[in-house]
Amino acid sequence: MKLPRWFHQLGSPPYVYRLADRLCPWLGGLGVTLLIIGAYWGLVIAPPDYQQGDSARIIYIHPQTAYIGMMAYVVMAVAAAIGYVWRLKLAHAVAVSAAPIGAWFTFCALFTGSVWGRPTWGTYWQWGDPRIMFEALLLFLFLGYLALRGAFDDRDKADRVTAILAVVGVVNIPIVHFSVEWWNSIHQGPTIFRAGGPAMTNDMLVPFLIMVAAFTLTFYWLLLRRLQAEIIEREGDTRWIRELVAEGAP
Amino acid sequence: MTDRTLLCGRELAVWRGERCLFEQLHFELGPEQLAVLVGANGSGKTTLLRILAGLGLPTAGSATWKGTSIAELAGEERAEIAYRGHHDALKRDMTVVENLAFHSALWGQEQAFEDVLEELKLDHVAHMRARYLSAGQRRRAAMAMLKLQGAKLWLLDEPTTNLDGEGRALLVEWTHRHIAGGGLAVIATHQPDEFAMRGALVIDLS
Amino acid sequence: MSAFQAVLLRDLRVAFRRWSELAHPLIFFVIVVTLFPLALSPTSSQLREVGVGVLWVATLLSSLLALDGLFRADADDGSLEQMLLSPAPMTITVLAKVTAHALVTLLPLICLVPVSAYTFNIPLAALPTLAVALLLAAPTLSVLVALGAALTVGLRRGGSIVGLLVLPLTAPLLIFGTRATDLSVNGEPTTAPLLFLGALAALAVSLGPLAIAAAVKVGIE
Repeated sequence: MKLPRWFHQLGSPPYVYRLADRLCPWLGGLGVTLLIIGAYWGLVIAPPDYQQGDSARIIYIHPQTAYIGMMAYVVMAVAAAIGYVWRLKLAHAVAVSAAPIGAWFTFCALFTGSVWGRPTWGTYWQWGDPRIMFEALLLFLFLGYLALRGAFDDRDKADRVTAILAVVGVVNIPIVHFSVEWWNSIHQGPTIFRAGGPAMTNDMLVPFLIMVAAFTLTFYWLLLRRLQAEIIEREGDTRWIRELVAEGAP
Repeated sequence: MTDRTLLCGRELAVWRGERCLFEQLHFELGPEQLAVLVGANGSGKTTLLRILAGLGLPTAGSATWKGTSIAELAGEERAEIAYRGHHDALKRDMTVVENLAFHSALWGQEQAFEDVLEELKLDHVAHMRARYLSAGQRRRAAMAMLKLQGAKLWLLDEPTTNLDGEGRALLVEWTHRHIAGGGLAVIATHQPDEFAMRGALVIDLS
Repeated sequence: MSAFQAVLLRDLRVAFRRWSELAHPLIFFVIVVTLFPLALSPTSSQLREVGVGVLWVATLLSSLLALDGLFRADADDGSLEQMLLSPAPMTITVLAKVTAHALVTLLPLICLVPVSAYTFNIPLAALPTLAVALLLAAPTLSVLVALGAALTVGLRRGGSIVGLLVLPLTAPLLIFGTRATDLSVNGEPTTAPLLFLGALAALAVSLGPLAIAAAVKVGIE
């Protein structure tokens, strides 16, 4: 299958490394700025919820961490699949970099969800709530991926075996998303992506979306930084890395 | 590459992490040709044979059978290659005959194996479970599976291990017969003289 | 004889020649099922409530025990590579091995469950649903267990990690299976969760062998 030139360039570690160097300041700067703006807006300026009061302000953090966790998994699975089919080491490097970040975001989603659950439903944890269960499953998938990866001595084999695991687990993502529609649970139904438009008023919707953008940018910033570290580790003692060190790069 | 080339290795290279086992390896093999693979332990003989069998990919270069990359072979063409590694692929809990029957079914062949077993002096243990055979007898059983497979290309990794003098002579004779009958073979061995014949190619990995 | 039949019969034959090993998952199941009431000291109505869950969890855990027989033994004696090199497609071979494993490990387990259900005071009327749910879950469970075995076949010390990989993936089976059984105990219609189990089974059997064959191929390179 003939692939466009930029695709092949994306398979070149030095190119990607330098591209990441150029993108990261923007991603990081914009991401953190939006985080600060969104957090202040959501936690201070926006009105308290008419039912839940101030505790509902966690809506500016909890759903976002969950989305990012799921997005991280999709990024990981797609990258791993690309690496497997086209034998691109760099794609595998992306998958490996996305995994721990996704795991942390998923853990934060579960943690913030638990913090939200206490004042709202009276419980820190609800066994049997499908969305919580499948989100926990997502965390286990990430941990399983990392554990399996660590068990192999041969990195190439580790890449390809864990790629299969990642792709098989992708089935869980739509399940987590649709679980609130398929089952009655303590989770509310979809608020943003529904027929008839978002159910949130603008004064809550705007900071909500700002935080989504903020977390997304921050995720990609973290991903690229990890990817750079992974590239260096994989490429080892090659010429372009020695040049990089000589230039005094960070 | 001449028209008669069946097995072709081009610019084959294998790296294990930072270590290069071999690189820029070229060879061509046609019908009625034998290649003897020599090299010290750890020089990559087993790795090369496994690549030629389709059990792994080289770090660089290509290995083709009748023009198609070996890793992509399927069905009939895949059946033309037989690989025998260090293991004998015998289920210990099944008898010799049951093992041979399974192997034949897997390769889609129905063949009588009494003659082969007799030639290998295995007929009196044919209905014994493989776990009760000696290592040499198990090797002979593996030889039987090889013969019955009827493949065109034989890839053998140190096939004379555990065989006594008689067994070795038999294997060498079978190899020569196989080559004379239009077959090809790549054999990794520590004793290249054993399989010596005219026109044999020597691939030295040391 | 087709390759599928050959592999299936061979695996069954090898399994039955080591029949004492076949009993391990069954004994494990009985032990787990006995430990729960001991630890909980429940009243008889509590027994019924936990019984369904305990039976399902015990089944899942026990099915992990016979993992090694799936691929590791064949990988160790070289038969797995020969199967990979044969003209028979690996997905068919894998399907045959998974079927053999299901027949030899899961079927006996499923037969044990009704007896254990009785000791947990689960009403007799619910037993058919329980059996059907288990039978529908069995193919998916077999495929997932085989996937775990295939992913770790290339590891020298693969044992403990497989549970970590396979058990989270079996969560949907657990959820739907216990739901179907609970509904049946309460006398409500059980079609929905049973249909889900059936759908999962269809998905697992059609796509699973592809993933398993790929994992085996990478694992024994």
